[in-house]
Amino acid sequence: MVVDVRGLHYAVGGRPIFAGVDVQVRRGRITAIMGPSGTGKTTLLKLITAQIAADRGEVRVRGEDLAALSRSEIYALRKRMGMLFQNGALLTDMDVFENVAFPVREHTNLPEALIRKLVLTKLQAVGLRGAAELMPGELSGGMARRVALARAIVMDPEMLIYDEPFVGLDPISLGVIMRLIKHMNEALGITSIVVSHDVRELATIAHDSYLLSGGRVAAAGAPEQLRASDSPAVRQFMTGSEDGPVAFHYPAPDYAAQLFAADES
Amino acid sequence: MSNGGGDGFILEGVRRLGAVAIFLVRLFGECLPALRRPRLLVHQIYNAGARSLIIIMLSGLFVGMVLGLQGYDLLQRFGSVDALGTAVALGLLKELAPVVTALLFAGRAGTALTSEIGLMRATDQLTAMEIMAVDPLRHVAAPRFLGGVVAMPLLTAIFSLIGLYGAQLIGVQLMGVDKGVFWSQMQGSVGLRDVTEGMVKSVVFGIACSLIAVHEGYHAEPTAAGVGLATTRTVVASSVITLLLDYVLTAAFL
Repeated sequence: MVVDVRGLHYAVGGRPIFAGVDVQVRRGRITAIMGPSGTGKTTLLKLITAQIAADRGEVRVRGEDLAALSRSEIYALRKRMGMLFQNGALLTDMDVFENVAFPVREHTNLPEALIRKLVLTKLQAVGLRGAAELMPGELSGGMARRVALARAIVMDPEMLIYDEPFVGLDPISLGVIMRLIKHMNEALGITSIVVSHDVRELATIAHDSYLLSGGRVAAAGAPEQLRASDSPAVRQFMTGSEDGPVAFHYPAPDYAAQLFAADES
Repeated sequence: MSNGGGDGFILEGVRRLGAVAIFLVRLFGECLPALRRPRLLVHQIYNAGARSLIIIMLSGLFVGMVLGLQGYDLLQRFGSVDALGTAVALGLLKELAPVVTALLFAGRAGTALTSEIGLMRATDQLTAMEIMAVDPLRHVAAPRFLGGVVAMPLLTAIFSLIGLYGAQLIGVQLMGVDKGVFWSQMQGSVGLRDVTEGMVKSVVFGIACSLIAVHEGYHAEPTAAGVGLATTRTVVASSVITLLLDYVLTAAFL
């Protein structure tokens, strides 16, 4: 077990985000964390990467309880992780090459020639060796995400975390990113956590999946099992239906009363 | 009757001051490691210093010219225009150069620092560093802070020199004060203590303005409005603190 989350409780400003969540990520597998917008998928990633601390419950990564780790121990743990941000989060004052070289320069004293080879190898893996000298502002969304992926794998992490990797991509870029996630897992054996609400895409690459809803795990299992679920909440999410436990409308006062009140005033 | 509002305001002020103090201590802790990356530091001195040169030089020239003009007008009423060099030099070195440089620094380099760091926060760049096990305080904040601290005295010195040249331009070239008297009076009455006062002020202003700029950017709300607000706060807080510290330091040097 690479990540073991048990009995997780977390609230923001008194509003509970998680009320007893259990998630297990097994070594060498792709685990999907799914759920409607606002269910705390990204918050779960922040908890797993120790950016924030749980109110209650336990988050263990590689067997270590994050709450008990010092700052330097957390940094040591993070060196074994890579994370792909939704917007790439490339450092805008460096070109593509330097962005990918950044973690290597920070954590090793490798000679320049070796860094160059390492960076070019990773850029080749994401198909952007030719873009090494471009600045982040010159890249498309899909390219930026691929550069961020090259940066995430440059230190050969054991675990890769993807935050909404498919959002806003054209079909070609989406296909490329999906293939890369699968490739990283199969060829390099990297344990992967993919947070997304793109059910169809996830179903083709994930081994295990969790559906978060209302602060709890609404369903867990292989993507096919989730699709076959007879729970209304799970079925609504998997089929993208408007009708179901998750309401389309944000809670509001009576529609007609509000319209007439506006007329009277 | 309760004065809860007043208490809340004071508490919030103390809390903010405490937060800035803790940030400063952490920043100082990261300065030594940042010094080991001279390339980053030189880049930040260039950003905060060299890029402010034109505005500093232009302002220095005009402030010096105005000083020359006003000084001449004042001194000629008492028949002592010979003292123009001294008056201008003391005014510039001890007071105007460090203060005006700090105000201009807050407006040009300070805002640039705050918005850059704030946008790095808003676009997850600082979080990405954290995840890559790189402390953004060491890599982003400390070099920028140090760059500002080093740049401020250099800019102040340049402001003073150009200001003296501007005063000489008006006093000597335009108003006809004797060139030899202008410079010899200055040389005779301006001591090392006066220069030191100006330089100490510039270092203190450098620390204060850079700290405020970096702190505001680092803790900016990660939205467009949040970064804008942080940038405004940098200018306002830096200006007020500069003028306050100026009074304290002037009183201390007397």
